[in-house]
Amino acid sequence: MTALTPVLPEAPQGGTPAKGPTTAARKSQRFANGKRGLEPWLYLAPAFIVLIALLGYPIFQLINVSLYDYRQAQVSGKAPLNFVGLENYQKLFADPQFWTVLGNTVVFATACVVFTLLVGSSLAVLATRLRPWVRSMLFVVSLGAWATPAVTGSAVWLFLFEPTLGLVNKSLVAIGLTQFEGYSWTYDKWSAFGLVASEVVWCSFPFVLVTVYAGIQAIPTEVIEAARIDGASMPRIARSIMLPMLRPIVIVVTIQSIIWNFKIFSQIYIMTNGGGIAGQNLVLNVYGYQQAFAASLYGLGSALGVIMTALLMVITLVYLRILKRTGEAL
Amino acid sequence: MTAVDVSSVSRRTATTDAPQKLRKQGKRRFGADAAAIIIALIVAFPLFWMVLSALKPKTALDAGDAAPYTLEPSLDSFGRVLGVNNFGQYFLNSVIVALVVVVLSTILAFLAAVALTRYNFKMRTKLLIIILVSQMVPVEALTIPLFFLLRNAGEAIPLVGLNQLGSLVLVHVGFSIPFAIWMLRGFVAAVPLEVEEAARLDGASSFRFVRSILFPLVAPGVVACSVFSFISTWNDFLFAKTFIISAQENQTLPMALLTFFKPDQNDWGAIMAGSVIMTIPVLIFFVSVQRKLVSGLAGAVKG
Repeated sequence: MTALTPVLPEAPQGGTPAKGPTTAARKSQRFANGKRGLEPWLYLAPAFIVLIALLGYPIFQLINVSLYDYRQAQVSGKAPLNFVGLENYQKLFADPQFWTVLGNTVVFATACVVFTLLVGSSLAVLATRLRPWVRSMLFVVSLGAWATPAVTGSAVWLFLFEPTLGLVNKSLVAIGLTQFEGYSWTYDKWSAFGLVASEVVWCSFPFVLVTVYAGIQAIPTEVIEAARIDGASMPRIARSIMLPMLRPIVIVVTIQSIIWNFKIFSQIYIMTNGGGIAGQNLVLNVYGYQQAFAASLYGLGSALGVIMTALLMVITLVYLRILKRTGEAL
Repeated sequence: MTAVDVSSVSRRTATTDAPQKLRKQGKRRFGADAAAIIIALIVAFPLFWMVLSALKPKTALDAGDAAPYTLEPSLDSFGRVLGVNNFGQYFLNSVIVALVVVVLSTILAFLAAVALTRYNFKMRTKLLIIILVSQMVPVEALTIPLFFLLRNAGEAIPLVGLNQLGSLVLVHVGFSIPFAIWMLRGFVAAVPLEVEEAARLDGASSFRFVRSILFPLVAPGVVACSVFSFISTWNDFLFAKTFIISAQENQTLPMALLTFFKPDQNDWGAIMAGSVIMTIPVLIFFVSVQRKLVSGLAGAVKG
């Protein structure tokens, strides 16, 4: 919602407009086919069979492994499996590094989410007011950024910010900022996070741009015209018609950004070379991967995976609860 | 900070050119256009630098040449990338896997989205939450259980076992579906109920309505989702690295690229050339999608 503030220029505050049809009415209208027995399940079945096999079962195994002392010896079958209950979790909670990593993750991901939504939706609104060729240009370059693989996008940004060969430092020195000669952007913890976050925003805002723009375009022109004929001002149209109709899309975009940015892996892994100097740039996902594959502590790594899933669930449920309070059904 | 500039510009134009939009927009739009062009240049710059660095000769790159042009473009870097054994095969494998994943995951997700938005049944909300939660699991953590799962599956059905492209297809379909369902919901729900009632009155069966009316109407959303599946599959290297162990002929493109990443002596020219090669198919996909997006939306509104 905050993301869409640009759509809402100072609207006249008097005479609170009804927010579209009331929620209850809308809800009952949403379904043509009340209860139709098996029909929805036929549509659901193919997707859910795949999901149960390829997500449900592995997730079950992930939780399972997190309860064992599972190391290289157990993988190759040389040592017996040892059920340790919650010991892996206790170890983590007692480790100060875990709490630092958790803090890093929250700060880094939140910054990425906020900037991605802000940039993406501002540009989506801007895109509706552009000449066609300018809009096409904006879309093509954005899609180019989106299309760039995480691996190669990270490489390009690293190359641009390279201490001695990089264009950024060379330009900064050229305009007189000599302290940037040979300056390493990845040496300091927060400048490293900032660099990674810039790359992340660069390659993820196009998703928000395209989706919100498609949502704005999907609003039937008849509806807008009807409102205009009835004498509604443009701000009023934006607030009372466009925003309610965009809401499902804004919800999707926000939740997705949260999920993706909390799970950032490749960018951190490549740009900070596996988590930065002395692990200063570790986020939960990379930390879990390092524990599992670098240290062969599969049990501990799985426990981190479970914790991360739980964390994302809590954040998303809180978000959905807030939405519910404002009257939007899932 | 770009975001702030943009919103202020769009805010101004939003308020001012509202009433006689058509007559006034010529002049008023100029500010928005200028801002958009500057933003586009900033966004495009890393890509421009990627292409430029791919074309610069190796000596210039190693010397730290910062010129925004090159007087002696060379294709040496591309030569080094294409010289990797089986590069064509890797490329083809990536295309096959990505296309199969796009088609399968889009069909499955669309059908599921129909069930979850146009029917009201007991488990509906619970299923939506399950789908949401399933996206939150970090895929990196699932590599181990999936490895064992596919090893066992391969004994029953060789096509989807380890070292087979089928294993990559399966895994990526699984990871693409939840997001695709989640995103298609908004588009499927946006089709007015009246359309469905009209189809029903005209005697269309439920499946006929979904196939011939609903699907064309939500095509823009479907296309947007298929782009996502395509990209995530195309870019993946973790699963390719983990599941394709011995069958080199079934390896995918990102793995070929990774051979140029070396601890201290990155071959920047080859990395950039490889990136260019990897980005082109996705861009082509996007350009065709954009056209569909526009016509699909126009069709949905006018039809």
